[in-house]
Amino acid sequence: MPKLRQTPSQTVGPYFAYGLSPEQYGYQQNLTSIAGSQMAEGDIEGQRIRIEGNVYDGAGNPISDALIEIWQADSLGRYAHPADPRGSNNTFKGFGRCGTGTDPRRRFWFDTIKPGKVEADQAPHLNVIVSMRGMLLHAFTRVWFSDEAAANATDKVLNTVPEARRHTLIATHQGGGVYRFDIHMQGDSETVFFDA
Amino acid sequence: MTETFNPRDWSGQPAYIAPDYKSTPLRGPTKPLIPLPQSLSELTGPVYGHDSVSGDDADLTRNGRRNGEPLGERIVVAGRVLDEDARPVPNTLLEIWQANAAGRYIHYTDKHDAPIDPNFFGGGRCVTDSEGRYRFMSVKPGAYPWPNHHNAWRPNHIHFSLFGPSFVTRLVTQMYFPGDPLLDLDPIFLATPAETRDLLVAQFTLDLTEPNYALGYAFDIVLRGRSATPTEA
Repeated sequence: MPKLRQTPSQTVGPYFAYGLSPEQYGYQQNLTSIAGSQMAEGDIEGQRIRIEGNVYDGAGNPISDALIEIWQADSLGRYAHPADPRGSNNTFKGFGRCGTGTDPRRRFWFDTIKPGKVEADQAPHLNVIVSMRGMLLHAFTRVWFSDEAAANATDKVLNTVPEARRHTLIATHQGGGVYRFDIHMQGDSETVFFDA
Repeated sequence: MTETFNPRDWSGQPAYIAPDYKSTPLRGPTKPLIPLPQSLSELTGPVYGHDSVSGDDADLTRNGRRNGEPLGERIVVAGRVLDEDARPVPNTLLEIWQANAAGRYIHYTDKHDAPIDPNFFGGGRCVTDSEGRYRFMSVKPGAYPWPNHHNAWRPNHIHFSLFGPSFVTRLVTQMYFPGDPLLDLDPIFLATPAETRDLLVAQFTLDLTEPNYALGYAFDIVLRGRSATPTEA
């Protein structure tokens, strides 16, 4: 039995912007951002892609105060973290953060690189945390890519998801390296969220 | 055997849908979560160490100054970040944000009719040391009204965001102050099960109080621990 209980989660609230993403929201004179939408700068190896989308509430309205965070491997499927024994030898950090409050259409977006396969039985994917006012604890989801159908078909996690709901986890290639990934908090197309 | 992170302690966490907190019913997931076995994607996570903090990032009484000191009661907020086995979590980033002493956030969507303090920003960060310790200087945040229900007021609180050692240890929470009469009226605080609610309330202590300068509050934070699990066959 653990000795201590986990500190409970509380909502990120409506005012996270200047604490968590100050540069995106124009507060950079006081605090820099540790992470933002630009994840692949300079000469980082890999195919440049953009992931963008809306977060919809149960009434189908786009949410203007959600925070999306993504964690991903580099183009060779390596995480920039000591637990990945292969080690990433480039400067790609793998973490991005974007609020939905600055785009006029309430989208989040990430300019990044397409991740490689982390393990043989996993297709390329992004790991996602969704937080917002009205969520007392964040939700985990993942993004797979529509143009990786063969790899997706054998992905060990995607295959645990009921087939009828898998589409909620697939970002749709719009052409030109832009992928659309909408998050539906509720409803018939409710995005699959994981107990990670 | 391999080490994985303990599951979320669901019995001690608020539910996604807490009807008294009126923005949850349309925003919380309603379908059952799908179990995700931990692989490298969950056992790794963003690494932000001491190089992500500089200058007065951890001193909110200084990092927003323009022409003087912020108004309000100065406070020290300090404690340790631990895992469930009481092991310190070293070198992990804490990010905080809060209202000023009058209960006003600097955020552009905060329309509360209370003064903005030109010398207070309200955001900061620091990294735990090798023993998991952290320390912020700030001013005590004020209470403020919010539109949840008639005459609703949020208790004084500071928002905390932590990463911990992996993607699944991430925690976003709020720290409250002891003896606040608004706690028993706050649907966000009350959405937390009674048995873990007190873990969100800091303790006043003279040990952290700086004579003639600032009141001290202790707030320890516990993240998901690790356990050995059989390796997949």
